[in-house]
Parts: sequence; structure tokens; C-alpha cells
Amino acid sequence: MKFLTTNFVRCAVKSCAASSDSFPLVFSECQLVQQEQDFDAEFLTSMLDRLDWPALIKVAADLGNNSIPQVKPENIDPEDPESERILRDLHSLLLETQITEGKMICNHCQHVYYIKNSVANFLLPPHLAN
Amino acid sequence: MKQYLIYLAQSHPGFRKAELESLAVLENIELDLADYTDESPFLVVRLQNDDEAYRLVHRSILCRGIYELWGHGDDLQSLHDSIRLTSQPHWAEYLHKSFKFEIIGYQGKKKTTKEQVALIETFEYLGFEGVIDMKTPEVRFTVLEKYHIEGGGPTAQPDHVWFGREICVSARVRGAVDEYDLKKRPYHGTTSFDAELSLVSCNLAHCSRGKVMYDPFVGTGSFLVAGAYFGSSVFGSDIDIRPLHGKDSKTKNIHANFEKYGTTHLFGDVLTMDFTNNALRDTFQIDCIVCDPPYGVREGLKVCGTKNEAKAEGKENLIINGEKAFLRKDYIQPKKPYELDLLLDDLLRFAAQKLPIGGRLCFWMPTANDELIPTLIPHHENLELIYSLVQDFNKWSRRLLVYVKRDENYKGITMSKKDRSGVNNFRDRYFSGFRPEVETEK
Ligand SMILES: C[S@@+](CC[C@H](N)C(=O)[O-])C[C@H]1O[C@@H](n2cnc3c(N)ncnc32)[C@H](O)[C@@H]1O
Ligand SMILES: [Zn+2]
Repeated sequence: MKFLTTNFVRCAVKSCAASSDSFPLVFSECQLVQQEQDFDAEFLTSMLDRLDWPALIKVAADLGNNSIPQVKPENIDPEDPESERILRDLHSLLLETQITEGKMICNHCQHVYYIKNSVANFLLPPHLAN
Repeated sequence: MKQYLIYLAQSHPGFRKAELESLAVLENIELDLADYTDESPFLVVRLQNDDEAYRLVHRSILCRGIYELWGHGDDLQSLHDSIRLTSQPHWAEYLHKSFKFEIIGYQGKKKTTKEQVALIETFEYLGFEGVIDMKTPEVRFTVLEKYHIEGGGPTAQPDHVWFGREICVSARVRGAVDEYDLKKRPYHGTTSFDAELSLVSCNLAHCSRGKVMYDPFVGTGSFLVAGAYFGSSVFGSDIDIRPLHGKDSKTKNIHANFEKYGTTHLFGDVLTMDFTNNALRDTFQIDCIVCDPPYGVREGLKVCGTKNEAKAEGKENLIINGEKAFLRKDYIQPKKPYELDLLLDDLLRFAAQKLPIGGRLCFWMPTANDELIPTLIPHHENLELIYSLVQDFNKWSRRLLVYVKRDENYKGITMSKKDRSGVNNFRDRYFSGFRPEVETEK
């Protein structure tokens, strides 16, 4: 699972959906690898709009990265060198960082989801599904 | 407004108009298709300028090319008269440009080089002085002839001839359909979807740069590579983890397909997830949804849960090695069957909630041909069904249903399973060889 995706998923349990504790999930015992990807400034700029920045800071901290700026970068212009530096950092964090193994825990119901072989598994046991 | 000639592929003609209309909407082009017919591969349209023409056809799968129309007629003489009459003001602009002539004959017999030269020489009066460049000309001129088959062979003389300046050829002619052919992919499986129609689906869904496309029944990822071809970033999920992992970790998996096509930077992610217990956060905006839901023929339609509730009771308290069994990494979540009609209702509800106004949901629904289709098609009050396009097989057909999310002024109807009189039991009909239905108790 890409770091980016951690920003799009919450607990799959229906009774957790409404709770702000179900997003972001808490990441623990994660193994990370850096996987090189082509840099695409326009793509990143469009992803930036969709990011929940506080959640990004939280998950980065779970994974040992405390250097995320406190506010979402604004007025990104891919042509401007300063913006490009920010985008390159984000590229490396969001798209090149893969979580290969690990746990994701819901802060509302404490259910544990696993990432195995780079694929996150959100399937639920019967008593939590319907 | 200027006249342009579109040359269409004679492939899936029932889908061509929908593709053209969809591309026009995507590109904000006003397009009148009153002259369109499924039978003819030639279509004259009126557009503002070359830029519109380019944007309309460049990414099309079911068009072949678009030309600024310089003239046309039932035979060569009337073609040349028409060119002299209508296009003379254009000639000077191309006087010194390097150029090339091409000849396209629809249903005609192949011309010998001599015949080709003879035809091209009849255009000498245009007076072009630029060099002829067969590889990278600055401008291409095309003669398009329409023949028909009579008595087992092509007619000797064309029925009609068009002449124009090429604006662009389509994604199809540039090789997309060929390149995306399933057999040429590192990874595909029994559920993989035909390349041509998956690309068409993504055109109808408006997949494009800066947009997020999602396939909730992603399997081997056929729609994801098609969506990325058009520049959207793509995400998918499936209840079955096996297709997501692929056949081996290096060369036969979804990622390997993106590598082959050079679109790994658009590959978001794939997740193991039951669509009916969805983990995507509500505020994550998805712009297009394209999928082929599970009909139970080559894959099961399952959701998380257990068939036998009594037997499963209390299992959530089971402890293995001091850990709750269902929280262990090696726990396997049981699955139970689910009804297709309910799943489609879930899909529409999800799309209505997720898509922005104008966003599109496209999915494929197979049915037996003797079924009364309208009674099977689901509806949601915020989604307008704009197309129901049929691909016919012998005893069954599948249709591509395309819905657009509308704003609150749109008053559609909701027709969920309980309101629909038909039951989509495609799986049972398929496995019984589409024998006429016996009255079953409902
Ligand atoms: C017709 S296949 C689609 C295949 C895909 N278009 C491809 O390119 O391979 C339907 C898929 O839906 C999956 N599926 C079945 N039930 C599901 C559910 N409840 N949630 C998510 N996926 C499900 C199946 O595992 C199967 O891969
Ligand atoms: Zn939860």
C-alpha cells in the first residue's frame, strides 16, 4: 500500500463510519520500502487537493516521520522551483513510500487490519460485517 | 463554424455515437450529431476550429480520424468541382509546406501503386510546391472513398469521395487497441475485460488527467490500465486477494501491466475490500467509476459474513495463543453469497454519494436476451441513466450502463431491487444454457 492511500481509508465497520476516530487509522509495526516512481507534478498537484492534511501528519508520525509541515502547501505552481521542491518531497513520501507489512488499527472500535505483501486487507469478520 | 469529416471505425457501431457525444461533453464542444447513423463510417460535422476537431477525435477509440473537409462528390469530377468551389481560399496556406497524400478506401479493393499515383495526379491543380515527405510531412491530405460490396466483391467505382486535410488520427489508429490487447499483457486472467471496450468505457466515463477513477471490482485491473491510458489516476479494490497479488510477484501482476504501458505514475493502489463494507473515507472524492460487477459466472459474488450464523455464533470470542482469533494476521474472513440486484443498488448508492455533479458511473450488466431488460435496470434518484449500450452475444448480451450524477434540481426515480419486477438471475440462466425460464416460486 502506498503512503498516499493511508489518506483515503478509514475503518470499514459501518458503525465506525460516522466517528472521527475511524480516520485516519493508526499505523503500527510497519515495514517500509522506497520504490522509485516517475515524478509527475500535475498529478501530485491534483492529489494535493484531495489530501486531508492533519491525517497525513498523523500517519507520517506513526511511521516515524515528524517533519511534515503543519499546514498544507498552497498556491502550488509546478513551474516555480520552491513549489517543485515541495512537490518532490511529497512525491517521495506519498508515492514512493510503500508499506509492505504492517497493522492499521481503528481508534474507534480497535479493530486491526493488516497489510501483507504490500496489499492492505479491509475484509471484516462476520460479527463486524453487514 | 467549419465542416469536418470524421472517419469512424466499423467496430461496435452501437457505441460510436455515445463515445463522440461523451468526448464532446468532456471537451466542452458543441456537437450536432443529427446526421449520424450506425451504418455509415463517414460523418460530416460542424466545429469551431481545428483545435476542437483535434480534441474531439484524438482520444477516441471508435473514430479513426478527422479531416478539414475540402470537398466531396459522387465521382472524381464532382469532387474536384466541389474542392475548387469551397476550398480555394485554403490553398495558399499550404503552398510551400511539405506534404503527403493518403488514400483510404472503405470496402474498396486495394489500389495498385499506379492507380494511386494516377488518382493523386488528378489533384495537381492545387499547385502545391512543397516537397513530398512520406514520413513526417507538415500536412497530410487524404482522399477517402466509399465503395460497397456487390455480387461478392467491391464495386469498381466509389459511391462517394471526400477530400480533406488531416487534423489528427485517433487513439485507435495510433495503436491503443492493439497495444492493450489482453494477450500482449504480462498479466491477465479469466475475468479480464476486452481492451477495446474497456477503453471505450473509460471514454464514456470521462477518465482524464487530474481525475480519480475507481473500480470496486477490480480483479486483474483491466479498467485501471485503460483509465490510466487516458491520464486519470486509478484505484481499485476486490474481495478476492488473489488477482491483486497476481501470479508472481515480479512479472505477472497488475503493476507489471502498468510498467509495460509506462503509466506506473498513475497507478494509485489496489486494496482487498468487500464493496459492501467499504473502507474509503466518505470525503475522498472519486470522479469516475468504471467496473464489471461480479455476475457469478467466472467469479463468485460474495460479501463478508457467514452463511451459517448459528454455527458462527460466539466465534468472535475464540482465542488462539492468547490473541482474539479474528484479530490475528493469519485469520481468514469467511464469505457468504449475496444477491446481484442488491449489489447493484449498493453500487448506485455509492456512486450517488461519491461522484461530483457531472461525474459518471459506467458498468457492464449481462442479461439473457429473452429477458425484459427495463425491469432489471437499477435507478437512483440522483443519477441519470444516459446510455444503455448493447453488445450482443448469441443467447445473452451485456450492456454498458452509463449514469451521470445530477444536481439537486434533477428529480429522478429510485428503483431499487424491491421496486424492480425482474430478477437478474444471469448466473442461473447462464449455467442452464438459457433454457426458457420455468416458473419458480418467488
Ligand atoms: C467480473 S469480475 C471483474 C474483473 C475485472 N474487470 C478484471 O479486469 O479482471 C468481478 C470481480 O468482483 C469481485 N467481487 C465479488 N464480490 C465482491 C465484493 N463483495 N466486493 C468486491 N469485489 C467483489 C470478484 O472477486 C471479481 O474479481
Ligand atoms: Zn472501527
